[in-house]
Amino acid sequence: MGMEGIGARVARKEDKRFVTGLGRYVDDMVVPGMKHAAFVRSPHAHADVKKIDVKAAMAMPGVIGVLTGKELKADGIGNLICGWMIHSKDGTPMKMGAWSPLAVDRVRYVGDAVAVVVAETRAQARDAAEAVEVTYKERKAVTDAVAALKSGAPQLHPEADNNLIYDWEIGEAKATDAAIAKAAHVTKMHIVNNRLVPNAMEPRAALGHYDKAEDHYTCWTTSQNPHVARLVMSAFYNVAPENKLRVIAPDVGGGFGSKIYIYPEEIVCLWASKKTGVPVKWVADRTESFLTDAHGRDHVTEVQLAFDKDNNMTALKVDTIANLGAYMSLFSSSVPTYLYATLLSGQYRIPAIHANVRTVYTNTAPVDAYRGAGRPEATYLLERVVETAARELGVAPAELRRKNFIREFPYQTPVIMCYDAGDYEASLSAAMKAADYDGFSKRRDKAKKAGKLRGIGMSCYIEACGIAPSAAVGSLGAGVGLWESAEVRVNGVGTIEVLTGSHSHGQGHETTFAQLVSDRFGVPMDSVSIVHGDTDKVQMGMGTYGSRSGAVGMSAIVKALDKVEAKAKKIAAHLLEADEGDITIENGELKVAGTDKAVPWFQMALAAYTAHNLPAGMEPGLKEGAFYDPSNFTFPAGCYICEVEVDPETGTTEIVQFVAADDFGNIINPMIVEGQVHGGIAQGVGQALLEGCHYDPSSGQLLTASYMDYTMPRAGDLPSFKVSTSNTPCPSNPLGIKGCGEAGAIGSPPAVMNAITDAIGNNDLTMPASPQKVWAAVKAATKH
Amino acid sequence: MSEVSMVVNGRKVSGSVEDRTLLVHFLRETLGLTGTHVGCDTSQCGACVVHVDGKAVKSCTMLAAQASGSEVVTIEGLADGADLHPVQAAFKQHHGLQCGFCTPGMIMAATDMIARHPEGLDEKTVRDELEGNICRCTGYHNIVQAILAASKEMGKAKKGKAKKAA
Repeated sequence: MGMEGIGARVARKEDKRFVTGLGRYVDDMVVPGMKHAAFVRSPHAHADVKKIDVKAAMAMPGVIGVLTGKELKADGIGNLICGWMIHSKDGTPMKMGAWSPLAVDRVRYVGDAVAVVVAETRAQARDAAEAVEVTYKERKAVTDAVAALKSGAPQLHPEADNNLIYDWEIGEAKATDAAIAKAAHVTKMHIVNNRLVPNAMEPRAALGHYDKAEDHYTCWTTSQNPHVARLVMSAFYNVAPENKLRVIAPDVGGGFGSKIYIYPEEIVCLWASKKTGVPVKWVADRTESFLTDAHGRDHVTEVQLAFDKDNNMTALKVDTIANLGAYMSLFSSSVPTYLYATLLSGQYRIPAIHANVRTVYTNTAPVDAYRGAGRPEATYLLERVVETAARELGVAPAELRRKNFIREFPYQTPVIMCYDAGDYEASLSAAMKAADYDGFSKRRDKAKKAGKLRGIGMSCYIEACGIAPSAAVGSLGAGVGLWESAEVRVNGVGTIEVLTGSHSHGQGHETTFAQLVSDRFGVPMDSVSIVHGDTDKVQMGMGTYGSRSGAVGMSAIVKALDKVEAKAKKIAAHLLEADEGDITIENGELKVAGTDKAVPWFQMALAAYTAHNLPAGMEPGLKEGAFYDPSNFTFPAGCYICEVEVDPETGTTEIVQFVAADDFGNIINPMIVEGQVHGGIAQGVGQALLEGCHYDPSSGQLLTASYMDYTMPRAGDLPSFKVSTSNTPCPSNPLGIKGCGEAGAIGSPPAVMNAITDAIGNNDLTMPASPQKVWAAVKAATKH
Repeated sequence: MSEVSMVVNGRKVSGSVEDRTLLVHFLRETLGLTGTHVGCDTSQCGACVVHVDGKAVKSCTMLAAQASGSEVVTIEGLADGADLHPVQAAFKQHHGLQCGFCTPGMIMAATDMIARHPEGLDEKTVRDELEGNICRCTGYHNIVQAILAASKEMGKAKKGKAKKAA
C-alpha cells in the first residue's frame, strides 16, 4: 500500500469543490432561455378528476403554458412501470395498475400530479399552478395496508382485486409448520416496520431541454443511475429514442435509494420542453419531496421462531403485508421479496424457513427501496425475535446467537442465498469488547441509583450487496442486468481517465476509484480523473444503489485495468527489448524485473499514441473497456451494540454508546467506509427513535410533510460512534470487497429497540420509540 | 420591486428584485452564487446559512431587501484565495462531508459557532449548536470532529498571533 493506494485514508478529491461552494447540482444549472415548471398536485388522497380548467392560469403573468395529462397521453408518453416482475404463488403475474406521469381521470394519493405550469420565473409558475382549477369528485381513501386488504376497502386499481398486488412465498411451508409443531419453544411476535421518508438533503430536480435543431433532448436530473433513466425513458415512456436523449446526473445531494427511480417530473419536463419550445426546470420544495419521493419500509409481520430443547433454532415462519403505496414504483416489487425474504436466515442455521408476502395498494406515496431496501426489514424482524427468544428462554442474547451461528462456508440457506464467507463470532466478540459488555451490569446499577433505566441491546445482521449475477436476477423477474461497465483511457502524457457507470452522490468515488488506479500503476492520484454521470460520456452503466459500486463498479474498472496493463507491458517490453513476462509496474515505471532497465509510465503512453515504435501489428492508443457481471451477491455482516439510558419520568431515551463491528471484506479507504457506517447508523437510529411517516387514516393527508413535523436526526440526538472492522475477503470479486453503504441502516434499528425494551422491561414497543410511547410502556411495565 | 445593494464577498453588488425575493434567491439566481443551497421550506435544514454583518443567518428566512446595505459572506467568499479557511480544511481533513449539499451551511454555521466561543468548544456544545443544520449523510460524527479540530486550530493560530504581537 502506498500513501494513496488501496487501504490508505486519503482525504477526498471532490471535497475541494464542495467546501468552497463550487459543487454543481441540478438546481445550479442554467441554460439560455430556461423557464420554470410548477406542478399542480392533488390535494385529495383519492378522487376522480372531473375537469381541469386552465384558462385563469394561462392569463397569469409570465405563463408560457399549462399542460395536462390528456395532452401527454395524446403525444404517446407512456405510463410509469415497475421493472421487476413478481409472480404470486398461484402463478399469476403481479397486478400493475396504470400510472400516468400526469393523472388523467383519477388521483390516488395526495401529491399525485395532474398538470404542469411553465412560466418565466419559479414564483410565477407556482402562482399560476394555484390558479389551475381542478374539479374533483372525492372517493374514500385507505392508507393502511392491512385495512386495504379487508373486504369493503376502497379499491385503487381495476387491475388489482382487493388492492392485492401479489401473494408470494418462499421456502418450505410444510417443513416449517412441522418443525414448529414439534418445537420445544416458539417465540411469536407482531412486528411493525415504520414507514420512512428518505429525505436526501438535495430535493429532487429536473431540467429538460429539447434542441429543435438536432431533434435531441438533454435531461439534467438528480439521479443515482442516469443510464437507467435514459433506458427506461426511451424504452417504456416513449420520451425519445436513446440516441436522441442525453441524461446528466451532475453532483447529486444524497440519494439513499430515493433517486434510483424515474419519476413523473423528469418525463414531464422533457416533454414540456418540446411542447413549449423552452428549456424547463423543476425543483421540488421540501413538502413536495415528502409527498412524492418514494418512501421506505412500511411492513406489518407475524413471525414465529422455533427452538428445540437445546435452544437450536429449528424453524422460522414469517407472514408479511407490505404497503407499496398508490402505484408500483420502479423496483418496488423486489424489495419485500428478493431483497427481504432471502435474508431471513440472518447469521443463523435455521433448517426450515417459510415466508409469505402480500403487497398492497394504498392511497399513499409509492414505496420503494430506501437505504437497505428489504434487508433492514428482515434484520429488524429476526434480531428482535432472537433477542426476545433469549429473554423467554433465559439465555444470554450473545450465547443464543453464538449457539446458532453459521460457522462453515459456503452455507446454503433455505431461502436462495448461498453465503460465501464470514466470521460472525469475530464481529460479535469485537463489538462486546468495544462496548465493555461485561461491565454493563455495574453501569446499570449506577444508573438506577440516579433514577435512570439503563439497557443494552445487540443486533447481528447480514445483508447482501451487489445484486447478481444478471442471468440469476433475470430468472427472478428483474427487467435489467446488474453488471457494471468501465472504460480506462490512458492519455498520451500518461494521465488517466476512468469512465464508470457507477454514480457518486456522496460515496466518494472520485477518490476511491482513483486510489485503485494509483495503487495499480503507481501514478499520482492527481493524474487520475473519474468521469461519471453523463450518458454522452460513459457508454452504459447501471448506477449506484444496493452498496454495489465497490463490489461491482470497481470490479469492472479492475477488468479494464487488466487489459490496459497487458497492453502497456507489451509496449514497454518492445521499447526495452525485453520479454513482456519480465515487465513489472512500480512507482510509475515499467521495469524489467531484476535489472535497472525501465521506461516511465508517461513515456510508454506517449509511445502508444505516437505509434512510431510499437510491436508489429499492434493498434495505436491505450484505451480499454470492460463489463463485469458478478458471480454472486456479496455478504457484509456484523454486530451492533447499543446502550441506552431512559428517563422513566419523561420517556426520553439517550443513546449512551453505540458500537459497530462490521466485516466488509477488503477496504479501499477506511475513512470513507467509516463515514458510510456513521451515516447509516444515524438513519437507523432515526428510524428507531425519531422518524415516522404518518398519513391521516380517514382523509389520507400526509401529516408529516415538513421538517416541523417529521423528526430528522439532529447532531444532538446522536452520540459519537465506536466503529471497527474485521475482514473475511469476499471470494467472488477480484478486490475481495463486500460493500458498506447500507449496513449501518440495516443493523442499527433492532439494536436500539432491544436496548430500550431491555431498559424498561417491556417488549411491547414500536418504532419510532418516541418519549410518549416509551413513557407509556414504562408505566405499563410498572403496573404489572 | 425593490432596489437592493449590498457587499457580497467583498464586492459591491446591486439589483432590482421582486419584493418577495429571499436573500438566498438573490444570491443564487441574481448573483449566480450557487454554493448557498435550499434544502427545505421551513428554515430547519440550514443549507442556506450565510453571514450577514458577521452573524450566521438562514438566507431563506430573510428578504433580499432586508439585507440591503449589509455585508454578506457566502461559502464562496470564505477561503483566502487558494488557501482554504481552517473550517473548510478541517471538513476535508476529517471527512465531514459526503454529498456536499448541507456542507456550505454547515461550514458557515461552524465558523460562526467557533467565533462565538473563543474559549473553545466541547462535543456537547457543538452538537447542541448544530440544532439548526441537518445532514443526512454523515451521522454528524465527522462534522463534530471537524468543528472541534478547526476550533482548536484557530485557537492556536490566534494565540500564536497574540504572542507575536506581544
